[in-house]
Amino acid sequence: MSAIPSRTAWRDPAWNGRVTMAVIFLALLLPVGYFAEFNPLVLFEASSLRAAKQFLSTFIPPAHSAEFLKLAAEATWKTVAIATVGIFFALMIAIPLSLAANQSLSISMIGVNRMCFFCHSLRYAIRWLLIGLRSIPELVWALLFVRAVGLGDTAGVMAIALTYGGMLGKVFMEIFESAEAEPTRALLRNGAGRLQAFFYGALPACLPELVSYTVYRWECAIRASVIMGFVGAGGLGQQMELSMRMLAGGEVFTFLAIFVLLVWIADLISKALRRTLD
Amino acid sequence: MNSTDTSTQEASSRRWRNALVLSGLVGLLLASFASLTGDWASLFSLEALKMMSTLVVSFFPPAMDAPFLKKIGIAFVETLAISWLGTLLAMLAGIVLALPAAGYWGTAWRAPVRFLLNVLRAIPELVWAAILVIAAGLGPFPGTLALALHTTGVLGRLFAESLENASPEPMAALRRNGVSPVPAFCYGTLPLITPQLTSYSLYRWENNIRAASVLGVAGAGGLGQMLYFHLSLLQYPETGTILLAMIVLVALVDWLSNRLRNQLMA
Repeated sequence: MSAIPSRTAWRDPAWNGRVTMAVIFLALLLPVGYFAEFNPLVLFEASSLRAAKQFLSTFIPPAHSAEFLKLAAEATWKTVAIATVGIFFALMIAIPLSLAANQSLSISMIGVNRMCFFCHSLRYAIRWLLIGLRSIPELVWALLFVRAVGLGDTAGVMAIALTYGGMLGKVFMEIFESAEAEPTRALLRNGAGRLQAFFYGALPACLPELVSYTVYRWECAIRASVIMGFVGAGGLGQQMELSMRMLAGGEVFTFLAIFVLLVWIADLISKALRRTLD
Repeated sequence: MNSTDTSTQEASSRRWRNALVLSGLVGLLLASFASLTGDWASLFSLEALKMMSTLVVSFFPPAMDAPFLKKIGIAFVETLAISWLGTLLAMLAGIVLALPAAGYWGTAWRAPVRFLLNVLRAIPELVWAAILVIAAGLGPFPGTLALALHTTGVLGRLFAESLENASPEPMAALRRNGVSPVPAFCYGTLPLITPQLTSYSLYRWENNIRAASVLGVAGAGGLGQMLYFHLSLLQYPETGTILLAMIVLVALVDWLSNRLRNQLMA
């Protein structure tokens, strides 16, 4: 039987540590708040309240004329089309590059178990290219392409193709590397070509993962293609940006509702597709 | 005999389903190609390559004079500050909203709060920023709020899931022994989910740094706003420097989060 603990023992034993962390945290918060110009009072100034109220009051009723809905439907389909074609081109970039960077497909490694210097550095260069492609956000690519090829869908497609090409390529490469290398190696040792070795050695094991990741990225691309519209790369985003500029709240509201619905449907489709794979 | 019959039947029905899915995908792709106006052949032509390379070359040499670098430094810190504060606000709001979403305030609150979280999450940061810029004016503040709103939706849902998966026993034991609800939650349930909350929040912070660097395109501060500004004025050397700063930022975050993750795994 232990004695009833004294009053001090009832205190939280980690109290001192918690207080120190909280103080450090709060001290950090000040400069951060300064740099982010954090000032909630701005929201309650008369001028911003008026602007917000004016804008929000135009939200109701949402725009729903037949003509507008037709425009919205066209823009929505454009968004889906941009994402789909973009992912198609992304695959065209990702599949060859990830195959080229795949170490278990090395011919020079047969027997000696060491890759030749040139092949090794080439594989590394491709890996860095893929990482470089995906490290620039798609929105920035879209901005650049809008300058290069003009306003419209093409800029969006190219931006998705490059960013998602990098993303898909890097993940494909990782999937190939985590797959068992032995079947591929055995095929290569016995004289199969690289593609043969890949199709019969690694692909059967990797395919479900590859497809499900691609479908997931397609869903992300739909979201991205709406966002890219804001810088002029076509689709729903571009129409939404125009409506916002004109402070046409009703149209913005309808576009937002369509967008939420679209994301929800894409999510459902991608989930169903991935379930059929398992 | 019977079992082979059903298995061949299953196999053939699966083949049909796969064929259906595949033809659906091909149909979608063809319809997409048909409805876009792009001239895809010219994209891969020599001329397009030349155009792209002149664009890239025009970024070099990047602008490196001291006053401009100082401006970039400030925008860099601003981007970090936006992402940090946005994530922090979202963490707080996420926990507060996760409680009703996980049914802690009774069943009546559950569905509406979940709907709110879904709407917050479904609208991307950039769209939030574009809306908030109208109310709060240009600058990093609407950017912070935009990040906070979207991330609240994401984190709130994740937090609610971990709350639902956490064992109710520790809190119930404290409640039975007369501890009032708030301390009982803080000492009973919160420690159980803290590791998950931290890792989700860190992951979102990583995402948000990347998002904050482009939010400025909608006028919400940071590197993105500078990029948009200088690109609009066709000042390509300056744009080159900003792009470089963005790449450095993203690489830095990737490297740090990789190291942190490896440390946590070890």
